[in-house]
Amino acid sequence: MCTDCGCHPHHPDDTPHTGDPGDGYASRRLLVEAAATAANDETARHNREAFRRQRLTALNLMSSPGAGKTSILERTIRHLAGRRPVYVIEGDQQTRNDAERIERAGATAVQINTGSGCHLEAGMVARAVERLDPLPGGLLFIENVGNLVCPAMFDLGEQAKVVIISVTEGDDKPEKYPYMFRAARLCLINKTDLLPYVDFDPGRCRQLARAVNPHITCIELSARTGEGFDAWLQWLSGLA
Amino acid sequence: MHELSLACSLVDLACQRAQEEGASRITALEVEVGALAGVMREALAFGFEAACRDTLAQGARLVIIEEPAKGVCSACRVTCRLARFTITCPACGAAALEISGGDRLCLRAIEVA
Ligand SMILES: Nc1nc2c(ncn2[C@@H]2O[C@H](COP(=O)(O)OP(=O)(O)OP(=O)(O)O)[C@@H](O)[C@H]2O)c(=O)[nH]1
Ligand SMILES: [Mg+2]
Ligand SMILES: [Zn+2]
Repeated sequence: MCTDCGCHPHHPDDTPHTGDPGDGYASRRLLVEAAATAANDETARHNREAFRRQRLTALNLMSSPGAGKTSILERTIRHLAGRRPVYVIEGDQQTRNDAERIERAGATAVQINTGSGCHLEAGMVARAVERLDPLPGGLLFIENVGNLVCPAMFDLGEQAKVVIISVTEGDDKPEKYPYMFRAARLCLINKTDLLPYVDFDPGRCRQLARAVNPHITCIELSARTGEGFDAWLQWLSGLA
Repeated sequence: MHELSLACSLVDLACQRAQEEGASRITALEVEVGALAGVMREALAFGFEAACRDTLAQGARLVIIEEPAKGVCSACRVTCRLARFTITCPACGAAALEISGGDRLCLRAIEVA
């Protein structure tokens, strides 16, 4: 029996006393002190290490549904054809539609269906990469589930997170979803071909993005016309 | 609704710890929820019930410890409480505030029988 509070059994060094004499066997308090994402973070570390060994540059692409992640990838893949092996992991709640679009554009794709899940986790990426079996020196795009909240919290082992926002969504998105913009290294502002038809001020969007993340880079582009793709491709080649 | 997946992870961590100690039942989880952890309390509590089902933590209480958000300014060194996410220092106005607390969701301790 513990001499401090009379509980039982003895306290391991890291276990505080329950202060519950009378009924010693009833309950014990055990310290844990672990982040809720601990298991995911550990798998993400393994992924990052594996990507480094395979000389694979991995990017985690996140946006609201329909901001243009797949469209940007399709055009990017066509640009990189013959220069660099490109692999894509497609995360969607349902369907293989996006993986099929990627394959038609000429890259190797694996589709992950998360069902009701609103984000990808590191373990899903690890299994998908095994199926892709990528060549060294390749580029791996991970298209996350369309969602500006949850995916920001789950490290996948990527080299950088990229957030995509389209000009039809409103230029105050960075202010409304600070976690996403804080986590991202690059912000792509897509659908600039639609700027004449909407009240979206790219300058204000950049300014609000930098207000939550002073290190973020912003690039305006259009997956439809290809405007701005030079800057994006240059950013990509600067990564690896 | 990442809260459901986070609740499952918390329950997994709790079950691992309980098994290490040979405990047969978890009666409570003490969970620290930072004001800037990006987690909704109600959604977490809802996910928690589902996450506990058919585990050692079935029927366990969820004890939420709310951790206020804190920041420290790397320009003027002031520390302050934050009501919302910002990098602007309320004292000197520099865009140099670093979050120094209240941005985690973690399992602090469990109670086992
Ligand atoms: N005008 C215009 N339309 C675009 C552009 N990029 C994408 N779109 C259109 O936006 C819609 C959604 O594009 P997707 O590429 O499927 O978007 P996504 O982000 O992959 O969508 P989810 O995977 O469902 O989240 C499609 O109808 C695209 O044709 C662009 O630069 N300009
Ligand atoms: Mg898509
Ligand atoms: Zn200051």
